This record gives sequence, structure tokens and C-alpha cells, in this order.
Amino acid sequence: MLRNNFNMKKVTYRNQFSKFLGVSLLIGLLFSTSLFSQDEVASAADPAKGKSLFNQNCAACHALNKKMTGPALANVAERLAADEGLDREWMYAWIKNSAGLIASGDAYANKIYNEYNKAAMTAFPTLSNTDIDDILAYTSAPPPAPVVAAGPALVDGAAAPGGLSNEIVLGALLLVFGLLVMMLFMVNKTLRRIAEASGVVIEKEISEKRTPIWKAFAQNQFLVLVTVLFLILGSAYFAYGWMMQVGVDQGYAPIQPIHYSHKIHAGANKIECQYCHSSARVSKHSGIPSLNVCMNCHKSIYEYKGNPEGPTQEDLANGYTNEFYTGEIKKLYAAVGWDEENQKYTGESKPVEWVRIHNLPDYAYFNHSQHVTVGGIECQTCHGPVEEMEIMYQYSPLTMGWCINCHRETNVKVEGNEYYDKIHSELSKKYGVETLTAAQMGGLECGKCHY
Amino acid sequence: MASNKKYWKSEAELNPNDSIVETLRQNEFVQDIPVDEFLGDKENLSSSSTNRRDFLKYVGFSTAAATLAACQGPVVKSIPYVVQPESIVPGVANFYATTIANGFDFSSVLVRTREGRPISILNNKYAKVNGGANARVNASVLGLYDSTRLQGPMQNGEAIDWSDLDAAVIAGLNSAKNSGKQIVFLTQTYASPSTTRLVNEFKEAYANVNHITYDAISEDAALNAFQAKYGERALVDYDFSKAELIVSFGADILGDWQGGGFDSGYSKGRIPQNGKMSRHIQFEANMTLSGANADKRVPLKPSEQKVALAKLYAILNNTSAGGTLSESASNAVTSAAAQIKSAGSKAVIVTGLDDENAQAVVLAINEQIKSAAFDTVAPKYTRQGNVKGVNSLVADMKAGRVGVLFMDGVNPSYSLPNASDFNEGLASVGVSVCFSTNVNETTLVSQYVAASSYFLESWGDVQIKKGHYGLMQPTIKELFDTRQFQSSLLKWMGSDKTYYDYIKETWTTSILGESDWNVALHDGVFSVPNTILSDVKTSLIGILNPLESETSAAEIPAVPLASALRDLASTTAANMELTLYSKVGMGDGQMANNPWLQEFPDPITRVSWDNYVTVSKTDAEKLGFVNDHVANGGLDGSYAKVTVNGVSVENVPVIIQPGQAIGTIGLSFGYGKTEGMKSEMQTGVNAYPLYQNFSTTQEVTIEKSEGNHEFACVQLQKTLMGREDIIKETTLEIFNTKDAEHWNKKPMVSLDHQEVPAASVDLWEGFDRSIGHHFNLSIDLNACTGCGACVIACHAENNVPVVGKKEIRLSRDMHWLRIDRYYSSEDTFEQDIDKKTEFDGLTGDKGSLSGFGELEDPSLNPQVAFQPVMCQHCNHAPCETVCPVAATTHSRQGQNHMAYNRCVGTRYCANNCPYKVRRFNWFLYNNNDEFDYHMNNDLGKMVINPDVTVRSRGVMEKCSMCIQKTQKTILDAKRDGRVIEDGEFNTACSSACNNGAMAFGDINDKDSKIADLKESNRMYHLLEYVGTKPNVFYHVKVRNTEEA
Repeated sequence: MLRNNFNMKKVTYRNQFSKFLGVSLLIGLLFSTSLFSQDEVASAADPAKGKSLFNQNCAACHALNKKMTGPALANVAERLAADEGLDREWMYAWIKNSAGLIASGDAYANKIYNEYNKAAMTAFPTLSNTDIDDILAYTSAPPPAPVVAAGPALVDGAAAPGGLSNEIVLGALLLVFGLLVMMLFMVNKTLRRIAEASGVVIEKEISEKRTPIWKAFAQNQFLVLVTVLFLILGSAYFAYGWMMQVGVDQGYAPIQPIHYSHKIHAGANKIECQYCHSSARVSKHSGIPSLNVCMNCHKSIYEYKGNPEGPTQEDLANGYTNEFYTGEIKKLYAAVGWDEENQKYTGESKPVEWVRIHNLPDYAYFNHSQHVTVGGIECQTCHGPVEEMEIMYQYSPLTMGWCINCHRETNVKVEGNEYYDKIHSELSKKYGVETLTAAQMGGLECGKCHY
Repeated sequence: MASNKKYWKSEAELNPNDSIVETLRQNEFVQDIPVDEFLGDKENLSSSSTNRRDFLKYVGFSTAAATLAACQGPVVKSIPYVVQPESIVPGVANFYATTIANGFDFSSVLVRTREGRPISILNNKYAKVNGGANARVNASVLGLYDSTRLQGPMQNGEAIDWSDLDAAVIAGLNSAKNSGKQIVFLTQTYASPSTTRLVNEFKEAYANVNHITYDAISEDAALNAFQAKYGERALVDYDFSKAELIVSFGADILGDWQGGGFDSGYSKGRIPQNGKMSRHIQFEANMTLSGANADKRVPLKPSEQKVALAKLYAILNNTSAGGTLSESASNAVTSAAAQIKSAGSKAVIVTGLDDENAQAVVLAINEQIKSAAFDTVAPKYTRQGNVKGVNSLVADMKAGRVGVLFMDGVNPSYSLPNASDFNEGLASVGVSVCFSTNVNETTLVSQYVAASSYFLESWGDVQIKKGHYGLMQPTIKELFDTRQFQSSLLKWMGSDKTYYDYIKETWTTSILGESDWNVALHDGVFSVPNTILSDVKTSLIGILNPLESETSAAEIPAVPLASALRDLASTTAANMELTLYSKVGMGDGQMANNPWLQEFPDPITRVSWDNYVTVSKTDAEKLGFVNDHVANGGLDGSYAKVTVNGVSVENVPVIIQPGQAIGTIGLSFGYGKTEGMKSEMQTGVNAYPLYQNFSTTQEVTIEKSEGNHEFACVQLQKTLMGREDIIKETTLEIFNTKDAEHWNKKPMVSLDHQEVPAASVDLWEGFDRSIGHHFNLSIDLNACTGCGACVIACHAENNVPVVGKKEIRLSRDMHWLRIDRYYSSEDTFEQDIDKKTEFDGLTGDKGSLSGFGELEDPSLNPQVAFQPVMCQHCNHAPCETVCPVAATTHSRQGQNHMAYNRCVGTRYCANNCPYKVRRFNWFLYNNNDEFDYHMNNDLGKMVINPDVTVRSRGVMEKCSMCIQKTQKTILDAKRDGRVIEDGEFNTACSSACNNGAMAFGDINDKDSKIADLKESNRMYHLLEYVGTKPNVFYHVKVRNTEEA
């Protein structure tokens, strides 16, 4: 636990540091362009504010340079003014109440409505004209993406010595040690040569009369017996240890058909575990989400934009570039049969064959809802820091001893659960305790998990 | 010390001149061991490319490789839905109300599905009629996953497309229309308002259409008698819960008589309440479930039953009837008549005789006494078969007058007595189309086979009883390229409606009235309130009239009662009479490919995987039939040849049946099917050729054939041997007048030379079970009819493997729940006990040596008792103490746990179990070609309950008291944060029991039903003196033996 905290702290610290760098860079860049943009757009529209408004309100259906549920919006104000002769007022009217505009018979409004499969655009009466100006300013001149690679990467590199891993330190020490041994040997050799040259005779130990140590050992039967015993016991200990890990797949991290990063979903984006694994609440299975659940979000998230400061050195080393992640999203589209061009399902789907990580044997019954809903146990208790896992792996050993230990130590959450009222009061009286462990409730009985 | 003893080495040494002795003395191995031959073959040895060293290398390498490979865990794939259906959550069961209506079984049921797969069938509690699933209905879920099912339409054995079939059929229909030939539907009984409407519309579209309903086992006589008297082709509905006296003449009211479904009402009346229970008198030839449950059973030949019925009528009307009966039989009739008179409208008379006269007389008697259990206002429609129609169809077919023949749900080439005539006629039919789910005898001779959907994949509706409707809805998408009959009809009529739309239209326009369609679909049943029943009838007539156009009331003249009586009374008895019947496990045989049903032991004979002819012991001795127990514990029987009117069935195995009327034999339908069946399921003989004129009673000759048949019988012990602590019973009179200690004695044991109650002595320290749940199962021996629905429900719920006939014969059956059947050795069980207690000394007249030998023989007309036995979940379990690895342990909740993964298979527990309820997996029963049943193919495995482990070879298993169900109930309550209500806990057997014989619950809930049942003075534990303190308890059986 302690170690985990330490790790997390370290990670947060690094993130903050790089974030600070990134933000300062961004501010610098913005500052450098602001003069220019003020020249271009007469109003005092703020593209930065526009960006945040855009992301809040529009990004679900619109992208700047890509047709989604709605049209691409880069330079939309200019485009409409040039091609259709539509002014700001039209834009205001459309955004605040598109349905009204369509109903009023406006030609272009109806054209665009029909072009996009009569999908009505949400009305935004809450957006003020200024807000809309900001958004349009953003669409007209989006702030350039921060220049990634150079700055932060260098800083990361500079910070590297501080974060040297233990292996490297150990390796270096080993090297130094090796050098020392070699030097000692060479010095010894040189000294001997000098001694030889100067005629000094080094006394050799006269050992003829004493039996060599190994012979003495071999002649002492007691010692031999004890040694053999130790060897047998020692190897038995290690053999047992080795055999007990057979079939325990702790750390099992198979390669999945789609590289799904829990770190991005649960970590960076803080999506609740049970948003996707919804059956954990009611069923024995946590459930691998069906692809339609993925598409709830990925219908509009078609590419990975990553951290503002771009992929870290480590990510790059693993090949986790933005393009890589975007490619994985495309794999999802292929599986679910989503035609990105036309924003339509083709109906040709092929289910994803995930590799199952947590495999309980058939004779062990485990129910997620018992633990998640009734027990109120965090997913991370058994599954580990999933929000930090780029590749999902089995965190716990999932052995019976592990289950049993937890049942012995964990108190049953009885508050506010009418089911437990009677049994809890009776049992706590019997055992003379305030809180009851799962074991005291009968959670160690064989038949509770094996039937 | 020297000894001059001689040790004999073999029998041959006794004869000093035997040459073998000398030969063996010289040469111990008389036959040469061919060492030289092998080693001398230098050429072969040297040319072998593998020398000894190489061989050892290979062995070493492959062993090492196998060891290494074994260390690698397999990669398991998990494939989620692309689009998950809203109603499905993996791991959570869904329930759908539907109806089975396969022409033989009609029940409103609830289907449990997991991840979209139907895995078991439950009773529909909303249903007012036929809401109970019998053994066959429980097993029907497995039929969906039959690997031999038809996977698409066929023409003369070649697979074709539906479009080809449609084109051919439409062409055939048009040519029949032009040529004026008949278009005939030969179908099962549907009792379906929508199908009737559909067929009527079809009749309008194509003239000259004839719809003939055909039941493999017909109730034609009862239907005709009802139609003659009441003008409608239907069957009386009997509610036996309203009867205080039931008199049956050959009607197996607890079996499949008139469509079945009467047992739950019957059982209600059998539980003694306020000192009252019903009395049941049974006149019959075969020993049936009804006879076994009757208070008084009179074995009579079918011909004598007719005479007895005539006499009964005569006595009730103070006239006289001819005919002769034995003295005991006529006494029984006189006594029955007296009891009917005193019971008045609380009595009811039924008959299963395939004789219109008998049926008419029964209707007359029930009308006369105004029987309360007799309902003709809202009759049942579950049998519609028309013998006359079938016979004329065969004649028409042979004469070439039939242009198109559609068959659905029937297999006439197997089940018609004159199947060869039918096949001959079929050859001259223009276009013959057979709808079937499986290949069978009829599909093989039809031109087109239309693969039809299983009932769990189909839409449908049924009117089981007037005003009581059921809806059938699909619980899974069609597994194969199949189409149900009604959808095909709609297509051929050029309609673009689906059958679902069609049913909904029928229901909303003429059945539901103000009620909601979705509610009806959810409930699966809909009952018209009684007050508007008549209105419904008139409104239905608009669309459903005529229900059966070809047989209007006018065609069947009412039989004058006087002549009927005269005919009945003048029935002459034949030397030997046959009664054909349907077995509880097999029915009419349409589910013969179902391994659960094949392995289901018959409740009476306890024989599985067979049908057989039942003969009485007297006749068996006369005819030389034997039943032997052979050394491996199996039962062997003689073969017989059974002949009716020159038609013979050869090699019918013989079972000597206690209670079989002398001069009668019984044989069951449903077996002897060969086409489209796995070889393991091709069991028994086909009795349909003997079913001449669609009468279940026939004059017959029987003679012995050569050879012995090997039976797979799970219970060889026949009698109770006076062991009153196994089945306790008493009579209603004693029960009412004496204290419980007289008829439910608590066993006593000796402790420090003092007699103390057995329950008070403990070898072990008790375990506190007063906190939390403590489960108990109650079994009422009065309500249990032995129907066996629980056996199959347990099979389905707990993934019990099927082991096959050979293994059953070796007593390796795996049923977790068995229903023991005991006969009395004397006339009653009570006399057995008296006989036993009067034993005095080892030999002599009252010696126990010969006495126990006599007690092993069942009486000629014994009392019968059924006792379901499963793991008794002892609080002080003998199995637990002997397990060397603690694989079986007790729990606080009263269940005895069995951890399969811990079991090493010593079988010590099974040896130490006094109830013999533990089952050992001698083999791997899944994925094993030696056991080619449902667990050996991917389709059949879909029926497996995912909540229960599939056991492997070498482990012990037993009833778990459905711990997966109790745990689920607890978890559901925890999740909702509520207290569990009484009735929420159940096991597979207790929820399958529609007769109220089994109840399950938590005895720590003091207000629960089970706690009441445990306090009942009828409660006792099986072998209580052993001190095991079981969590299963029984209720003393009470028999109503009061005459008049």
C-alpha cells in the first residue's frame, strides 16, 4: 500500500511538472498569436474561450476538419458567408434554434437538414451571441496544437538521471565491482612479478600434513548427513514454491486483439468502471462491454488526440503514438461495422475475441454483484490499479488462499441493509463483537463457492 | 513338524487317471509362449528403424514435452455481444411464460433462459389449468438441443430451400384445386384458436380442404360420448380436489388419461385436513400410478371392468344388470356403490375404457349424482383425434383421391396400427409434406419434409379448457433453418402477416376483450372470467365455427343408455387381455430421442431404457416367464411373443408385475422407434401395431420366446420387509382417533441401559444453527403420487449426467433424487409389520429365516408406497466423518456440502451413507464418445446450467439441496437490502412439484410454512434411530381405508 502511494505520488508530480511546462508553452504561443488574431477579427472574440465552449457543446457532433453527425466546422462562418451569403445573424438563429429556422422554410437550413439525414441539431438557447462569436472565432482560427516533441521531451530527458532505475544503479555497481576485482587481480599479478624479479620467495603454506577440507568434510558423516538433509529440504522448499505457482497467472497480460488502454479510459478520462462493466452490479459476471457500449462515446471520438503535451518518451518507446491509438479506434469501427464516412452502421460486424485474463476454474463460484453491490468493495481491491494499466493484467493471484484471507479480514458491510439486521445482531451477540467478518458470516464454508 | 496333509491344487487331481494332472506336473505352461517366434524373426527385428535406445529417447522426449506443455495455461477467449440485447445480462436468468402443446402434453410453463439459451422448464403459477409440468414437459427443453434435429427442408432426402418447397407446395395446391382432389391436413391436436381460424381461412382459399386431427393415443370413445351428450367434441374436466370419493374404472387419472394434468387437484384432496381426505377406489388391470395411490385397488380384466361398471350403474339405479363377476369383485362394486350413494355429489366416477358405452354410462352416473368434481360447462380440448376421419383418410389416400397431404406433429407411419396401409396410400398422394422437428418414420416416406420449429422457437396459442387460454412464445431464435407449420400456411395463402400478428389479431378481436395483450403474453395464460364465458363462446363462434367441421354433432347419435348397459354387461372375458398404456417417462413416444426420459426409471417397475410386457406372477408361472437377478446385480427377464388378431410383436421382454390382474398383460406405447434416433435410444418394442381399432384393450395371446432380456432396473428390492421406520403409514381412522405416538412412534435407543428417544442421543457435539437460515425440505407421502417430475427437474437443474443402459444395469445411476417404490408382501403394509413382529425364533412356522424370505415376495395385489429420497443433509452426517480429505462438510444453513475439486474418490462416504444417496462418477460422462448423449455434442451442452459444476471422472456427487438456488435467493435479498419472505426459497424438486408434496424453506423463520410442517404431528425423519438428524423430513402416509 505504502509503495503504491509512493508510486502514485511520483507519477502525479511528474505529470504536474510536465503539465506546467506544457501550459506555459501554450500561453507563450497564444500570446504570440493574439496580436495577429486581433488584427484579423474585428470583434473581441476569444478563440480560447471558444475552444472550451466548442468542446463542451459542439464536439459530440462536430469536428473542425471532419464530417461527423454534423458537418465539419473549420472556417464555417467564412465558408457560409462566401458560398451561401449567410451572415452572423443566420448563424445565431441556427445555433440557438435550428428547428425554428427549418420550420421557417429557410432554404439553406432545410438543405443542410436533409443532407444530414434529418438529424435535428440540438438547440442552444443558452449560448449568447458573444459565446457564439467565440466559438466561431475558434473554428475560424483554432489555436495551433502545441508543439510537442522537442520541449517536454528534452525536459524529460534532463530529468532522467534523477529517476534512474534500480537496475541501472545495480548494474553500474556490479560493473565497478568487477573492475575492482580485475584491478586487484592485476595488482596481485604485478606484485608477484616484481617479487619474482627482485628474488623474494613467497612462502607457500605447507599443507601436506593436513587433509584437504573437502576430504575432512567427506569423512565427517554427520556433516554430510546434515548437508544432504539441508539440500533436500531446501530443494523441496523451492520445488513446492515453484509448483504452487503453476496455474497461478498473476501478472498475466495477454496481447488483446484491440489495444484497449484502461489507463486512458479509467485513468485519464476517469470513466467509472461500471459504466462499461455494468453487469458487475447485478450479475456474477462483470461483463466485457458489448461494442455498442464502446460506440456510445466512440461515435464521436474517432481519433486519439492524447495529452496536450503529446506522448511521453516512454509511450513513444512502446509505440503508443496518437496514430497508434487512432488505429485501434479504427479496429473497433471495423468490428462493430461503423462506416465513418457516412456515419452509418453497415450491419457487417464481427465480434471481438478478447483474451480472457481472469480465469477462475469452473468449480469455483464467484459473484461480482455480491462483492461490488452488497459488499461495496472497490474494483481496485482485487483488480489493482486498473487506471494505471496501459495493458490490463491479472493483479491478484486469484488463489483460494487469497480469497480466504480476505474473507477472514474483511468486515461485512451491514449498515443500511435490512437483510443483515437480524443475523448481524444475533451473530455479534454470539461472538461478542461489533463488526463481523465474512468468515464469521459463514463465508468460509466450502459450499458457498464450490457447487 | 512333518505334516501328511495333502493340498489339492485342482479338482482334476481328485481323479488320479486324469491326464491333465500329469501334463501340468511336467509342464506348467501347456501352451507355448511365442518368444522364439518373435525374437527369431531376425529380419523383422533388424529392419525396424527404431532400436531400443531410440525408443527410450522418444519416450523420454515425449514425456518431457508433455510435462512442459501441461504447465502452459490455455488461452481462453471471451466474446462479448456486438450489440447486447437490453433484456440480457450475462449471468442473470430470464424467464418467459409459454405453453407446450405437442399434441400429447399440454401445459402452461415458465422457461428459464440463460444468455438466451432455454435451460429449464418450470411450472407457471398463474395458470389455473395444466400449470404443472410433468416429467416429459420438464425434459422437453432437451429436445430443443437434439443433435439429430432436422436442420432445413428436404425433398426426398435431399436438402432444398424453403423457396423451392413453397413453389412445389403452391403448384401442388393449384393442381389439386383444378383436379378436384382433396387437400388434407393430418395434424396433432392443437386446441389452438388461431390455428383453427387459419385452417378455416385456408379452407376458404382452397376448396375441398379437409382437416383431420389424429392423436397417436386416441380418446375417441370419450370424445364421441361427450359429443353425443353435450354436442361438442371435448372432454369432461374433472377437479378431483372437490371429490371425497373417486371411483375409477381403468382410468389412470394420475397418468396420461384424457390428456393428464389431474394430479395436482387429486393431491390436494389427499392431504388429511380436519380429519378428512378423499377416498380412491381403483378398478384396473395394469398396476398404474393411480392404482398405486388408491386406497383400494381391485385388479380386474378390462372386460370385467365393463361388467362392473354396468353393475355399479344398476345398483345406483336399483335395477339389475347381467354379466358375471367374481365374488370379491362384485362385493367391491356393491361397496363402491354404497359409498357413492352416501357421498352423493362429493363422489366422482371416471373410466379409461376405450368404449363409448362405458364413457356414456360414466357421464350418466356423474350427471345423476350431480358430481361437484365434474365439469361439462368448461370442458377440455386437449384431445381432438378423430378415428373415423383417420380411417377414411387412409381409404381416400389408397384410392388416389388425395392431392395434397400436410402432416404436422404426427408420425402415422410409426404410430398407426395400420401403418403399412398408410404408407401404401401415401405413395399415391400427389404432394405429401411432413412437418417435423426430427427425421422419423413418416418423414422418410414423405416427398417433402418441412423442418418445423420446436415449441420453444415458435409462436402459438392454445385453449386447454374452455375459457382458459395459453400463449406460446419463442424463447430463442430458430436454431436451424426451420419454419413452423402455421407460418408456412400463412405463406402459402399468400399472406404477408407473421403468425405472431395473426395470433395477436385473433386474441385482440375475440379472446381478450378488455384485457391487455402484453399482460397475457407476460403471464402466458389468460382466463376468461366465468360470468362472461357464454358471451365469449358466441363471439368465438364467429371465427372458430365449426371447430371440427367434418364431425358435427348430428353424425354421432347418442347411445341409448339401456343398450349401452346391456352391451357392457354382456361383455365376455377373454382368456388373456392386453391393456396398452403410455409410460410416465415416454408418453406417445415423440420424445423417444431424449436421453433424460430414456434414463428416467418408470415409477412402478423402476425399469429404465425399456418397455416390456407386464404379467402377473400367476400367469408368469403358468407360461414359464421368469425374472432373475443375476450375479452382477442386474435383472434378467424372459422374452415373449405377443399376438393380437394375427399381428405379432416379437421379443417383448417380460416383467412380473405385482398387482397385475390375472389373465391380463400390459404393454406401453412409445418405444421401438428406430428412424432418426441415436442407436443408444433405440430401445424397446413398438406396441402400436397391437393398437387395433384404436382400442387400448385387446384380446391377446402371449407365449414364451427364447432368450433372456437384460433390463436396466434401478431398484431390485420390491418390498418393505415390515420396516416401519422407512415408510410410516396409518389409516385415516387411527389418525383421527389416536394420538400421534400410536401411529408416528418416535424411535427409542438404549443409553446406559435406559430406553431414550433416539433424537436425544448425540455422538457429536451439536452445531448452532439457530442463527441465519436453516433449510429444511418436507416431503408429504400423502401428496406424492410418484409422478417423477422432480427427478427430471433435478436432472436439468443440476447437470446430472446420463450414463446409459449398460451403466444403469450396473447400478451406476446418477440420479440425485430417486423415488423408491415399495410393495407390501401381505395385503397391506400393516400386515407385513404384524408378520415381522410375530417372528419367533429362527426356524419353524413363525421362524424369521423363512419368514423374511416370504416377506421379500410382493403380494399379488399389494399396497404400494412411493418415497422420494435424496441426500438427507444430516446435521450429524456419517459421510462427513469418514472423508479423508474433508471434501464433504456441513454448513450452518443445514446443507451438506460437497466440494468436487477436493474429492479424491475414495467412495468411503457413499459406503457410510445410510440412505445410499451419493453417486460416483465412474467415468467422464461429458465429451466422451462412450457416452454419446447430450453432453457429448456442442448443441446438447447448451442445456447445461452454468451455475452448477459439470463433474468429472472420479468424484462423488449428490444432492446439494440446490445450494445455487438458495444462495441466489439470499444474494438477491442482500442486493435489494430486504428480508427474505416465506416461499422465496425453493429447490428444483420442490418447485417442480405441482402436487404440494414437497415444500422447502427456512425453519428459522418461525412464521414460515416449512416451520409449520416441521411441527406437524405427521412429521418423521427417515431412519431416525441412526441419529443422523436429517434436514429432510417426511410426513406419515395416511390411507383412507374406511369402507362406506
